[in-house]
Amino acid sequence: MDLTFDAEHEEFRAEARAWLRAHVPHEPLPSLDTAAGFEAHRAWETALFSDRWSVVSWPIEFGGRGVGIMAWLVFEEEYYRARAPKRVSQNGIFLLGPTLLEYGTPAQKERFLPPMASGEEIWCQGWSEPDAGSDLAAIRSRATRNAGGDGWLLNGQKTWASRGAFADWCFGIFRTDPQAERHRGLTYFLVAMDAPGVTVRPIPQIDGETGFAEIFFENVEVPDAQVLGDEDAGWSVAMSTAGSERGLSLRSPARYTKAAARLIDLFDQRGAPPMAADAVARAYMDAEAYRLHTYWTASQVARGHAVGPEASCNKIFWSETDVQIHETALALLGPEAELLESGSPGEWLDGYLFSLAGPIYAGTNQIQRNVVAERLLGLPRG
Amino acid sequence: MDFSFSDEQVELRHAVRHALAREFPLDALRVTVQTTADERAERAGARWRMLAELGAPALLVPETAGGLGLSDVDLVGVLEEAGWSALPEPLLETAGLAAPMLATLLPVAPAAGALHALVSGKAPLAVGGIDIGPGGPSSPTAVTPDGMLRTPRVVGARTATVYLLACRDPDSGWQLHAVPAADCTLAPTPTLDGTRDLSTVHWPLSSETLLAYGVAAEASVGLMADRGAAGSAALLIGLADRMITMAADYAKERHQFGKPVGSFQAVKHLLADARVKLEFARPATYRAAWSLASAQPSVSHDASMAKAMASDAADLAARVALQVHGAIGYTWECDLHFFMKRAWALSATWGDAATHRQLVLAQARRRGVPARRSDPGT
Ligand SMILES: Cc1cc2nc3c(=O)[nH]c(=O)nc-3n(C[C@H](O)[C@H](O)[C@H](O)COP(=O)(O)OP(=O)(O)OC[C@H]3O[C@@H](n4cnc5c(N)ncnc54)[C@H](O)[C@@H]3O)c2cc1C
Repeated sequence: MDLTFDAEHEEFRAEARAWLRAHVPHEPLPSLDTAAGFEAHRAWETALFSDRWSVVSWPIEFGGRGVGIMAWLVFEEEYYRARAPKRVSQNGIFLLGPTLLEYGTPAQKERFLPPMASGEEIWCQGWSEPDAGSDLAAIRSRATRNAGGDGWLLNGQKTWASRGAFADWCFGIFRTDPQAERHRGLTYFLVAMDAPGVTVRPIPQIDGETGFAEIFFENVEVPDAQVLGDEDAGWSVAMSTAGSERGLSLRSPARYTKAAARLIDLFDQRGAPPMAADAVARAYMDAEAYRLHTYWTASQVARGHAVGPEASCNKIFWSETDVQIHETALALLGPEAELLESGSPGEWLDGYLFSLAGPIYAGTNQIQRNVVAERLLGLPRG
Repeated sequence: MDFSFSDEQVELRHAVRHALAREFPLDALRVTVQTTADERAERAGARWRMLAELGAPALLVPETAGGLGLSDVDLVGVLEEAGWSALPEPLLETAGLAAPMLATLLPVAPAAGALHALVSGKAPLAVGGIDIGPGGPSSPTAVTPDGMLRTPRVVGARTATVYLLACRDPDSGWQLHAVPAADCTLAPTPTLDGTRDLSTVHWPLSSETLLAYGVAAEASVGLMADRGAAGSAALLIGLADRMITMAADYAKERHQFGKPVGSFQAVKHLLADARVKLEFARPATYRAAWSLASAQPSVSHDASMAKAMASDAADLAARVALQVHGAIGYTWECDLHFFMKRAWALSATWGDAATHRQLVLAQARRRGVPARRSDPGT
């Protein structure tokens, strides 16, 4: 056991820190849930990519540096420390990317990974449907063979696609065999958002910005080359994506340790009110515990163990830690918490609204509790 | 960065689990509180010899002094197993607190004697006289009108032959003593957890038993406080794991409304919450062990964080496990209460969760200058 980073990792850290110091925009970019903000964030992705900082853990041929998971964690620590912009490419690089590396054909990897890494193609996730949220296997959007037999026709509707109003591509699951058992007849597709037959309807989120979109598919032609994994095997491909969403890659601990450090600063600025001390301490420790747990999991992975249903503990913990950090900050701000000023109060408020979505997306926390109870504790299904 | 245990560490832990399961099955806990003092002592002695054969008491003693020369990282898994089986013997006190302390003070004569007794494996050592409060370590040891010292809640005194006792004088500061049991009078204290061996000890202050005083004693006490917090966190993790496992097992067996109660979501979510709390307290506890083993400047912070999280995890596990058992869990007949009571006791000793949260926050606010309890004057 050794909880220090070796010299190589520290060198990597120094290099990342220097690059970020020189390149992170001084002024915050406009919100990525607006058209202008989306493009500003895309430009930032391109800047990251041009110096190979956008996907450090990917293989070199796809735009990464081929570094291990520990180095990726180091990079993330530096990224949040530098207060660099949100990752508009997150659905692609953190969710689809790892799935493509696992299930993609060589041609698919070559076609899709580099433009994903550079921000040239930004992806959204088309899983949820109006009648299929937690019960994802209830999806009804269909894919049927096209007349030529060399591709598919997609029909149906997806909803709640984050940044779907601006994205270039969508990864989604569609029903290819309506006769099969619910989890079996599903296939994982990669679809261009400008393909004929795709219509997008923006949905403003709780803050009024265009964070969500509904996506309608009407006889959208998709070639076989855009099927990820085997036909009718989309569920297991999707579960690999979901593993990334709950497990190691979507929410790196630096996000929470940085927020907790800001919370302690706020606590000090507000005169360290004793009433808030316990909540501040809890928020700080939970962020720290999440960091340690991530090192623990990453070390297991480095030793060749797979991440199992523990990922569901992870998802519950990071989402609730995020809410707790922000609730505590708002309590410290008191009546100022409602002020939408730029700078401290506004930022905490934004963060609070976003944190509230954490227990809902990536599989609600009730669903994760079911998974923990059934798969980690072996309780019978209801 | 490699946050994992070595194969040897995993093996040691498994060996301890198997040995404890063999020598100390669940019904033996009941025997501990329901039998005669003689039989209790006999069984405790047998268990201690078994632990000594595994090398557990002298794990942290250097090989040159007859121990195994291992570290807190090796010990943490052993303590977790002691928690899992609710072992009554003072393993934390002997192996985790007394052994490393005595080893560092070795040239001092009383330390050599006490360490010799420890390494012989015949009996555990008792430890007392240090508490942790919001201001850091404090001593409950008081002076009595007859000029003796009185230390309440000494752990393991009934079986130990040597007591490691601390006292603190407002003017001259801390003193640490290794006192032969024969020099002391004992008043065993009944406690809710009838399996823990707690006593009030009256002892004479003498230069012959003195291990350390002043700055050296303060540093030793600080480090013992860190080890007490981190080690009890490990015991609590094991207890929490056991209670969650007991409750999950019961929920699979017990049927109501024609189904196992564990199929009800309200029951599942209670247990899932307890499991999540445990999942995140564990790495914090392992980190504290590593910080002790490698003398990190952040060791006090890390030990406090471990104790705060493990106490909360064990308290929640106890509540949840009782709720999931229903009325049977509220009976003497069900084994659960032994684990619950041990968890409550340990959660309140070596500083409770709220105390350690205050200590952690104080250190987090001084970011960049982490303070060790063992650094005098901080
Ligand atoms: C900010 C945000 C971004 C999102 N981005 C995307 C995206 O990019 N792409 C995408 O496809 N989806 C996205 N989603 C949708 C998200 O995946 C769903 O909201 C989620 O799966 C829950 O589905 P639902 O909203 O239909 O709620 P429902 O499934 O209708 O659930 C309603 C309530 O019932 C509870 N519930 C349901 N079933 C059970 C059960 N079996 N046991 C216990 N409780 C249950 C739920 O936990 C919840 O509290 C996003 C959601 C949010 C909030």
